[in-house]
Amino acid sequence: MIQFDAVHKRFPNGTTAVHDLSLEMPEGGVTVLVGSSGCGKTTTLRMINRMVEPTSGTIKVGGQDVTRQDAAELRRSIGYVIQQSGLFPHRTVLDNIATVPLLLGHGRRKARARAAELLETVGLAADAGKRYPHQLSGGQQQRVGVARALAADPPVLLMDEPFGAVDPVVRTQLQDELLRLQKELAKTIVFVTHDIDEAVRLGDRIAVFRTGGHLVQCASPTELLARPADDFVADFLGAERGLKLLSLTTLADVPQGPAPEGGTWSLVLDAANRPVHWASKDTEIPVRPLTDNDSLLSALNESIASPAGLIARVDAAGVLTGVSSRDDIHTHAGQAHTEARVAA
Amino acid sequence: MSVDWSWIGDHTDELTTLTLSHLQAALSAVFFGVLISLPLAVIAHRVRPLRGFLLGVSNILFTIPSIAIFVLLLPVSGLTRTTTVIGLTVYTLVVLLRNTVEGLDSVPAKTKEAAKAMGTRPLRTLLTVEFPLALPVIMAGVRIATVMSISLVSVATYIGDGGLGQLFTDGFQRDFPTPVIAGVVLTILLAVVADAALVALQYVLTPWKRRRA
Amino acid sequence: MYELIKNLGDWLTSGSSWSGTDGIAHRLAEHLQYSLLATLVAAAIGLPLGLLIGHTGKGAFVAINLASFGRALPTVGLVVLVFLAGGLSMLPVYVALVALAVPAIVTNTYAGMTAVDPDVRDAARGQGMRGHQVLLQVELPLALPLIMTGLRLALIQVVATATIAAYVSFGGLGRYVFDGLAQRDLVQVLGGAVLVAAIAVALDLALSGLQRFLFRHRTA
Repeated sequence: MIQFDAVHKRFPNGTTAVHDLSLEMPEGGVTVLVGSSGCGKTTTLRMINRMVEPTSGTIKVGGQDVTRQDAAELRRSIGYVIQQSGLFPHRTVLDNIATVPLLLGHGRRKARARAAELLETVGLAADAGKRYPHQLSGGQQQRVGVARALAADPPVLLMDEPFGAVDPVVRTQLQDELLRLQKELAKTIVFVTHDIDEAVRLGDRIAVFRTGGHLVQCASPTELLARPADDFVADFLGAERGLKLLSLTTLADVPQGPAPEGGTWSLVLDAANRPVHWASKDTEIPVRPLTDNDSLLSALNESIASPAGLIARVDAAGVLTGVSSRDDIHTHAGQAHTEARVAA
Repeated sequence: MSVDWSWIGDHTDELTTLTLSHLQAALSAVFFGVLISLPLAVIAHRVRPLRGFLLGVSNILFTIPSIAIFVLLLPVSGLTRTTTVIGLTVYTLVVLLRNTVEGLDSVPAKTKEAAKAMGTRPLRTLLTVEFPLALPVIMAGVRIATVMSISLVSVATYIGDGGLGQLFTDGFQRDFPTPVIAGVVLTILLAVVADAALVALQYVLTPWKRRRA
Repeated sequence: MYELIKNLGDWLTSGSSWSGTDGIAHRLAEHLQYSLLATLVAAAIGLPLGLLIGHTGKGAFVAINLASFGRALPTVGLVVLVFLAGGLSMLPVYVALVALAVPAIVTNTYAGMTAVDPDVRDAARGQGMRGHQVLLQVELPLALPLIMTGLRLALIQVVATATIAAYVSFGGLGRYVFDGLAQRDLVQVLGGAVLVAAIAVALDLALSGLQRFLFRHRTA
């Protein structure tokens, strides 16, 4: 767990980067620091591993005041991932990952073995280890950056806009990887981003900052979207805040009925009872079936595009379980919203 | 070791003549260097295969010690000012070629495309867009070439020319430091003044780079 | 002209030219000895200086402008001056040789250090490297290509200055140039010039090749 207590950071040129920050970042969860440029989120992150020293206030990691420890040793116990990855161009990928274990005095062989393990963990092929960073794509380099941060198995991971420099497709893949890793490893992660959608997707708690280093609200994604603390947060969340909330709720509770028979549109199935397409007398329209784990947002999206206003629901094997109507989804979406507002 | 100021007082005429001769040699070399390097740089910049060749040959020439170049030119043009200027031009040419190519390389491709899209022909683009934008890097090259040239002129004293360099051989032969000191000081002074003048010239030629008031 | 070239060829290739105290072999060895020694000493001074300025950022003005200043100094004048001032002895001339090589090393070492990607430096510190570890494990290896360029330029500079030093009674290949000028023996003068030029070019090509080979894994 990480604790900020009345932390203040003022730079020599007079700018206040962080203003009287008191914040708790829960152990084993992802806390996302979000806000526009110049709001102090990166400075806040960098004070945790003392890349920036606070002007006043205390920061505790795992109950220990960070200023009481030797800075270099502190950093070896905290993973650090930055946007441009900062991989050492003169070392192979494997040696890059092995950096902290080597600093900690583990033998070269042991460090490299650990690095090879991590290559697999972050989804890279084993032969990537022999290559040099410039031979990898941006997305691959970021994976190496994450592997390097995890090498010494630190309890805390700091990530400063790590997926900002890659294209949206790769970014989604990397976010998926992070969520998967987190399920496995349960690290305490502090993640900085200016992208609210990324924050909603990844965060267990989201801390919204205003320019000048003021923390405006810190809450779960649902609470944030349902009850923004003020106009600033509401604006930051964007006009489609209601829809974003739907990305957090699943289809599981939406009722379903049998597939339509004898209407304008019918659902064509294959031999294994999996949906193939919607068919009318003279046209075929592709179908995108959804499972109980898919979000209400994607269901709403699909229901609008779907010809009969129906979405096909399937189980984990892709076999049809039923259909849900546009109205059902819409009603349920409204309910989800109300519940969120009340519960928060 | 001390300076014999009376010697300097007595020889102001000679010192002035030598200084002017020195400057003339150096500036001639820079002038010819610019003249030859500009078209060569455009060729090196535009014609991929020639680029490596031209830059490679010029690098090789640059490593040759100046005394060797001056001496090797003797059979060609004898103990004359021409030899001195040709020798110096080899060096200014190398520096100017390198920098001019680099300067042309530094012009953003998008800017050239924009000019092309507006219907500007290649020669006009070169003259009105590429060279002006390449100017800072080219001027840096001119500055280096000028300072270097001023310093190298004195080596030509061994082939009977040398401008202020003659003070060095003179002082050495007579075991008399004063002319040597005078020569060193004047050479450095020339270099500093020339460099400052070129900085001013660059300022005048690149109004878009000036800081706003 | 043809006659001259023929004589030159003879001089360069005849066995007698190569042997003895005034032989090419000996002069060549002398010249290389001065050059390598002076470059090493210049490196011992210039490298730490350049690394320190590059790592701490203090004194950058010196590092950036030292090369320009060095370029303005007239070699002949300096060599003669230190020779006369030092009481016609050799040591000051050695000092001048070293001093003229230092600027290239300092400037290029500094350039190499500042060219290190700030993100890489930040990541190195963030992983928990101490100052000296960042310097030795990250900055220095990454600055190495430019540092090597500085060493190469310094060596070429010293080869040239050592040639001039023959004027004030040094040995080396410059001896042929100046003895030849004094004796009005053009073949000897040209021979010396050709040898000096060949050595300089050969050293430069060899070191450039070595650089390319050593850093073949790096980009740009």
